[in-house]
Amino acid sequence: MSEKQTHAAPPPDDIHVELKGLRKAFGDKVVLDGIDLKVRRRSSLVVIGGSGTGKSVMLKCLIGLLEPDGGQVIIDGEDTTHLRGRARDRVMRKFGMLFQSAALFDSLPVWENVAFGLIQGRGMRRRQAREKAIETLAKVGLGPEVADLYPAELSGGMQKRVGLARAIAHQPDIILFDEPTTGLDPIMAAIIDELIVSTVRDVGATAISITHDMASVRRIADEVAMIYKGRIIWHGPVSEIDHSGNPYVDQFIHGRAEGPIKMDVSQK
Amino acid sequence: MNPLAQIGRVVLHLLAETGRLAFFLKNALLIGLTPRWYPRQILIQMIRMGYNSLPVIGLTAFFTGGVLALQIYIGGTRFNAESLVASIVALGITRELGPVLAGLMVAGRVSAAIAAELGTMRVTEQIDALVTLSTNPYRYLVGPRIVAGVITLPLLVIIADIIGIMGGYIVGTRSLGFNAGAYLKNTVDFLEMQDITSGLIKAAVFGFIIALMGCYHGFNSRGGAQGVGRATTNAVVSASILILAANYVLTSLLFAD
Repeated sequence: MSEKQTHAAPPPDDIHVELKGLRKAFGDKVVLDGIDLKVRRRSSLVVIGGSGTGKSVMLKCLIGLLEPDGGQVIIDGEDTTHLRGRARDRVMRKFGMLFQSAALFDSLPVWENVAFGLIQGRGMRRRQAREKAIETLAKVGLGPEVADLYPAELSGGMQKRVGLARAIAHQPDIILFDEPTTGLDPIMAAIIDELIVSTVRDVGATAISITHDMASVRRIADEVAMIYKGRIIWHGPVSEIDHSGNPYVDQFIHGRAEGPIKMDVSQK
Repeated sequence: MNPLAQIGRVVLHLLAETGRLAFFLKNALLIGLTPRWYPRQILIQMIRMGYNSLPVIGLTAFFTGGVLALQIYIGGTRFNAESLVASIVALGITRELGPVLAGLMVAGRVSAAIAAELGTMRVTEQIDALVTLSTNPYRYLVGPRIVAGVITLPLLVIIADIIGIMGGYIVGTRSLGFNAGAYLKNTVDFLEMQDITSGLIKAAVFGFIIALMGCYHGFNSRGGAQGVGRATTNAVVSASILILAANYVLTSLLFAD
């Protein structure tokens, strides 16, 4: 499956995901202006930044939901930027993603949501996939009685759990989290964060998250990168975030209205 | 405002929309209708489009057949040609009114439902989620709906034909005083196979249009509840107009031979 990996020299420092000079614009509006980022295997990187700084677009370019205008996305040493068709499918199987609003399929019961990637993506039999789904639901703390409910019957926190179960059911190498705690109360947010940490460790995956919730950052990150105006302006271990010496980072983590970051409130 | 700029904007918008639709059509056909297929999804869509449309189609066809019989009778008496009622009802229903009315009714029901469903899936990122689960949304969502539309509409039209002719028969025999046997004989004698098949060909095309418009507008909806609402309206309007336009083109083509 991954011939390229055996031919290529092992990447230095075991870089799992790399973004090189990533650019993306929508019309005249430049959203990503040369993103450079390296993520080590089995580490947890959290990208922080205000609304509209390009976090979501970066994540979508990384997984292939959007095609960047320039630059490269390199996964396991393979340039995946412009892959299509079967090659894209093969790379997509390495990924799991938890969406901001969970994005559960509301026409399907919970267990089919969790097993979706197994049934449709991998062609697993429904009966076997159901067992696997119930097993995965248990990992995120949900009992088998939830399996036959529909997403609309669940609370926000439970939907996030099901979304997490769906993201990990096919044992991905890389899991992306799009604002995992948005819309949850602080206690539920902490619970989901802990769940993220434990499941990512359990699956042995690399985690890349975007958020602006600083409490969440401190709980789930090994490393933190800050994005501002479509560029990465700081990247370092989470332990250094309080002494980054970067005025933009300082302003963001303390949530000050005054500072070098000028919020553009005229737009939108 | 400069009227030239206004015209230019409308033309550019129209061209951009046409281009987007062409790309969507290409993906729908080249990706949506190639393996792997989702028979389960096709079946679900056929039930939603077909079975659930039966009451609407039945009532529409019944009343249309009845009205047709009354109108033709009124027109026919002026030329002493009342005996034509049965055959013209049959021709009118099978060639024209069955497919067109069924198409328009289903466009209202089904295009709107598809656009609302896919539009909601788009704005709540469910379509993105499909992609991340290695499932092509053209194949999983668009393809089955188009196949279901093309199969289901002709089936609905067969039923509309039967109920429409029956509506004419009931009005003809109960209130216009036709002899039941003569009415049926006139219906059967003058109806040719080609009348029915031309209607069914139209229906298949209409089914395609209905599913395509619903999927296209749903897929491209942006911006929350308002965007979904707009997509739903656009789907119904564009499907209805395209059905009427396609009806003219198809009729002139089918008459040519």
